[in-house]
Amino acid sequence: MTRLQTPCIEFHDVSKRYGDLQVLNGVSFQARPGEKLSLIGPSGSGKTTILRVLMTLESIDGGTVRIEGEPLRVPGEQQRLSRSAERGLQRIRGKVGMVFQHFNLFPHMDVLRNITLGPMLTQGVSRDEAEAQALRYLDMVGLADKARSRPSQLSGGQKQRVAIARSLALKPKIMLFDEVTSALDPELVDEVLAVMRTLARETDMTMLLVTHAMNFARDFSDRVLFFERGRILEEGPPQQIFSEPREERTRTFLRKILASGQDL
Amino acid sequence: MTWDWQFVWSFMPTLLEGAWLTVLATVVGTVIALLLGAVLAVAGYSRYRLVRGAIAFVVQFLRGTPLLVQLYVIFFVLPDIGIVLPAFLAGVIGLGVHYSAYLAEVYRAGIDSVDRGQWDASTAINLSRRQVWLHVILPQAIPKMVPPLGNYSIGMLKESALLSTISVFELVARAQAIGNETYRFTEPLTLVGLSFLTLTIIFTLLLRLAERKAEGLR
Ligand SMILES: Nc1ncnc2c1ncn2[C@@H]1O[C@H](COP(=O)(O)OP(=O)(O)O)[C@@H](O)[C@H]1O
Ligand SMILES: [Mg+2]
Repeated sequence: MTRLQTPCIEFHDVSKRYGDLQVLNGVSFQARPGEKLSLIGPSGSGKTTILRVLMTLESIDGGTVRIEGEPLRVPGEQQRLSRSAERGLQRIRGKVGMVFQHFNLFPHMDVLRNITLGPMLTQGVSRDEAEAQALRYLDMVGLADKARSRPSQLSGGQKQRVAIARSLALKPKIMLFDEVTSALDPELVDEVLAVMRTLARETDMTMLLVTHAMNFARDFSDRVLFFERGRILEEGPPQQIFSEPREERTRTFLRKILASGQDL
Repeated sequence: MTWDWQFVWSFMPTLLEGAWLTVLATVVGTVIALLLGAVLAVAGYSRYRLVRGAIAFVVQFLRGTPLLVQLYVIFFVLPDIGIVLPAFLAGVIGLGVHYSAYLAEVYRAGIDSVDRGQWDASTAINLSRRQVWLHVILPQAIPKMVPPLGNYSIGMLKESALLSTISVFELVARAQAIGNETYRFTEPLTLVGLSFLTLTIIFTLLLRLAERKAEGLR
């Protein structure tokens, strides 16, 4: 098959350092529009950093990142963007949504306001329309009755579903999920995964998922990338990676995860 | 020594004027400290190390030297380089500048108490920096700032007594003047003490009100 389509996400030889620590070391991969990728690998291998770079939360030191063909230029700590570059960055950022391990809901707002804030402030949506839409997304994640609750009144699983609704309300083309069930009590994991399964089935968003839940990754993803020490050591369809990994280190990692019972 | 009510009534008017100056000095000093403290706090987050270093030095200097010395410098030394300020102005500037260093710390602590993840989430929903400050960071930080800010303001009320040393005719200076004139200190000093007590109680009640208002942001 020839690639006529521009990749939705493109990493080319990306490197990133924190001080002396080389966190990403020549990472290259692509995601087609609508593709679901799982990023797996040991802790500290750079998976979260990949998502944070895409969300424009981190700058890179080398290589290029493109979203729908447009290069992503995130300023480093000491840099400042011109007005037009800032606007360009905001426009690209609008295509990406992210769900975090620790939810990061706004504790001083109720659930509804958490969801309507983005559309109202950044997309010029009216309050009525934003609220109607927020209620639809809340319904989709099964929390229509929690619109007026504060985040502190919700369980972890409910918080994470609100966080998902908050991201969806901005209609991103790309959704990033960073270990979204790792902070949850085991009995609350399924309700969140169920929502993500529905999303994967019913939307054509491109999704990147960082997870230790291998069974879920197997069902969910079109392709799995195995990270180690800031590199992609091996990639392939889930059946291949999980059943017959080529690399010894992938095998060792999967064995460890299964043995630790983290594979929910 | 007996308590002389007649005497008390005779100096009440001048004492009340002094109380008014004390309140005025506290309020103006607080406003200066709130504004300058915010400037120091924001500049302390500068991306330039030189600016951050300079701000850290200024804050350390203001906190590390006595208010009395700072007042003397403003009132007695600045005229040598051609800056002559009326006593009251010199006093409130001294109070405000001194306390701005403490308030800068209060602002910083309030802002730093907001979880880093709030910035990440705000960026992820594409808010601009200004919107993040306005809608996410400050509404969470301000309720935490109000109680310590209020306590510093009450501290300023009491320390404004030092302004008597640079000839601001606030409460303490009036009591001294009355005493020097009449050789009776018991009544004036007792009433000055009671005045300060009354004022701190009023300020504390106002602070509770402000705290409740700030809670509404959450
Ligand atoms: N802000 C930071 N400052 C310094 N080091 C960091 C920072 N964020 C992450 N790291 C380090 O970068 C490495 C990769 O982190 P991360 O991408 O979070 O890995 P993963 O998600 O695969 O566990 C880790 O060693 C981590 O400690
Ligand atoms: Mg991680």
